[in-house]
Amino acid sequence: MRIELEKRAGVSKLFAILSPLLALVLTLIVGAIIFAALGKEPVGALYSFFIEPLLEVWSLHELAVKAAPLILIAVGLAICYRSNNWNIGAEGQFTIGAITGSILPVLNPDWQSPMILPLMLVMGAAGGALYAGIPALLKTRFNTNEILTSLMLVYVAQLFLDWLVRGAWRDPQGYNFPQTKPFNESAVLPELLDSGRAHWGVVFALVAAVALWFMMRYMLKGFEVTVLGQSARAGRFAGFSSRGMVWFSLLLSGALAGLAGISEVSGSIGHLQPSISPGYGFTAIIVAFLGRLNPLGIIASGLVLSLTYLGGEAVQMSLQISDKVVRVFQGLLLFFVLSCDTLILYKIRIRWSRSAAREGAA
Amino acid sequence: MDMFQAILLTVITAATPLVIAALGELVTERAGVLNLGVEGMIVIGAVCAFAAAHLSGSPYIGILAGIAAGALFSLLFGFLTLTLVTNQVATGLALTILGLGVSGMLGESFVGVPGVKLPNIVFPVLSDIPFIGPILFRQDLIFYISIALVFGISWFLFKSRTGLKIRAIGDSHSSAHALGINVIRTRYFAVMFGGACAGLAGAQLSLVYTPQWVENMSAGRGWIALALVVFASWRPWRVLAGGYLFGAVTIGQLHAQAFGIGVPSQLLSALPYIATIVVLIIISHNRRTTLINTPASLGKPFVPDR
Repeated sequence: MRIELEKRAGVSKLFAILSPLLALVLTLIVGAIIFAALGKEPVGALYSFFIEPLLEVWSLHELAVKAAPLILIAVGLAICYRSNNWNIGAEGQFTIGAITGSILPVLNPDWQSPMILPLMLVMGAAGGALYAGIPALLKTRFNTNEILTSLMLVYVAQLFLDWLVRGAWRDPQGYNFPQTKPFNESAVLPELLDSGRAHWGVVFALVAAVALWFMMRYMLKGFEVTVLGQSARAGRFAGFSSRGMVWFSLLLSGALAGLAGISEVSGSIGHLQPSISPGYGFTAIIVAFLGRLNPLGIIASGLVLSLTYLGGEAVQMSLQISDKVVRVFQGLLLFFVLSCDTLILYKIRIRWSRSAAREGAA
Repeated sequence: MDMFQAILLTVITAATPLVIAALGELVTERAGVLNLGVEGMIVIGAVCAFAAAHLSGSPYIGILAGIAAGALFSLLFGFLTLTLVTNQVATGLALTILGLGVSGMLGESFVGVPGVKLPNIVFPVLSDIPFIGPILFRQDLIFYISIALVFGISWFLFKSRTGLKIRAIGDSHSSAHALGINVIRTRYFAVMFGGACAGLAGAQLSLVYTPQWVENMSAGRGWIALALVVFASWRPWRVLAGGYLFGAVTIGQLHAQAFGIGVPSQLLSALPYIATIVVLIIISHNRRTTLINTPASLGKPFVPDR
């Protein structure tokens, strides 16, 4: 058996829409097989994983709370990946954003003012952008591979947070728990509705997604991103700067990841602690690809990936299935999305035997 | 055995998985394929090796299981990037994410289970040489394999016919294809070799370095191995040197933590990662030499004309 690719005349619009859906269906099928292998009734397990979390108001709020950082980070990453800059250290930028955004409420716990929240958000975004600026500087100045540097900085950021909350920033009245003082009321990102926990981070995510969609579709900058991503040489002829784009895409994605970090800490945790993210920065990579690097698509895919977190918690409680299954599902989803994307540019021909291949040639 | 000797031994143990994984990735990249899934393949190798060794009682079966698991897992990457021509960077990330997830699930029942340690093989006479004897000739099988791999891969890549083909494919897949070399098939083998090495590196972690299973026990070593390949400018002997340098940094910071030298332990733990960045800067800053050393078609998709 041989699999051959045949280039399509143009981009298949049909498969551009169908590919993420196909990937979802394939993930569900493999998911059912996994559940069956674990000795659970697959349809029921899939139902509690993917449907039940959508049936109650509080869990819809949770869905939005978890989708917000994913979307916020992923739209920034989409701009990076579109421009061929591979920032995979969003988890670190998220962490640093959470730290720099928390400077005011941690160091001035009694300062209550309407000014504090906007300042925190700006400082969080600035911190994330600065941290993403390190791989940008190294790439433009020293020609260093941004994939490796941005990833190494994730470990450094997490260790830095660990050091802060166990040392200088630890709450003296915190019974020796490694966490900072709880933020005061005016430093907590308010909830949107009375019915649940969803906070303003959700709004930031939607605004960022729509704004970047607008930029990519209607602004020269968006065109620049696409051209430089497809061919740096073509971009140079058009007068676009590759170096400038390295800076733009990394600072933008870093700022959004930093904003996500401080929004998460201020909106749903309320203090700093050693672990503030269940891997949002990495899951956002999957969100970006599942949304086909399109900011509006990312809103949908962010909700899907957020659902996998909730589903994991649900089946852990109701069916005693390990929540590790979440990362398996997320990994599978990315695999299937990447495979299905092949269908957009190519037709796939399967040749079953050598003789059939010869007939095809004749 | 004196203190210095003991430290040297731990440095070697810390360096061996880095060297093995980086050597595998070196061959893959020499064939023009960038597999960022090293971390995922290591951790899959680690959990499978641990499980097989625990269930069978034999660490050698564990080693075989680790190698096989790494190679099979890399096949997934190969199928996507070589047959379906997906983006190599994204697919490699997917492999890492999936590997961390699958290993977490597979290994859940092995957390806290006592492991099987790979015994040392003592060479008679040679191991009695003062100082270097105990370091070089009283080691476990995987260490000996790592050294053999350095010799073997240097010879294979630069002296053998197949090695020449691999380098040709890595430098220009279209020219190699025009010469009648089967680019895709050769790349499949190169990817699987990389996977097998990463699996072996994982086996070393769960059978030698810390004979137990801990989730995410690869702790970024796959990424450091990737950096090592760049550091070594795609040459096997430099991988060995770089791997030992990183092993020394890792062990040095552990000893510094144990002595409590007044520096936060987190800063010391961050040292291997910071060292990686510094080394990358030093190696990459000269654009021209980087360009000469990097396989020219690294990471580029290849669809044969028909």
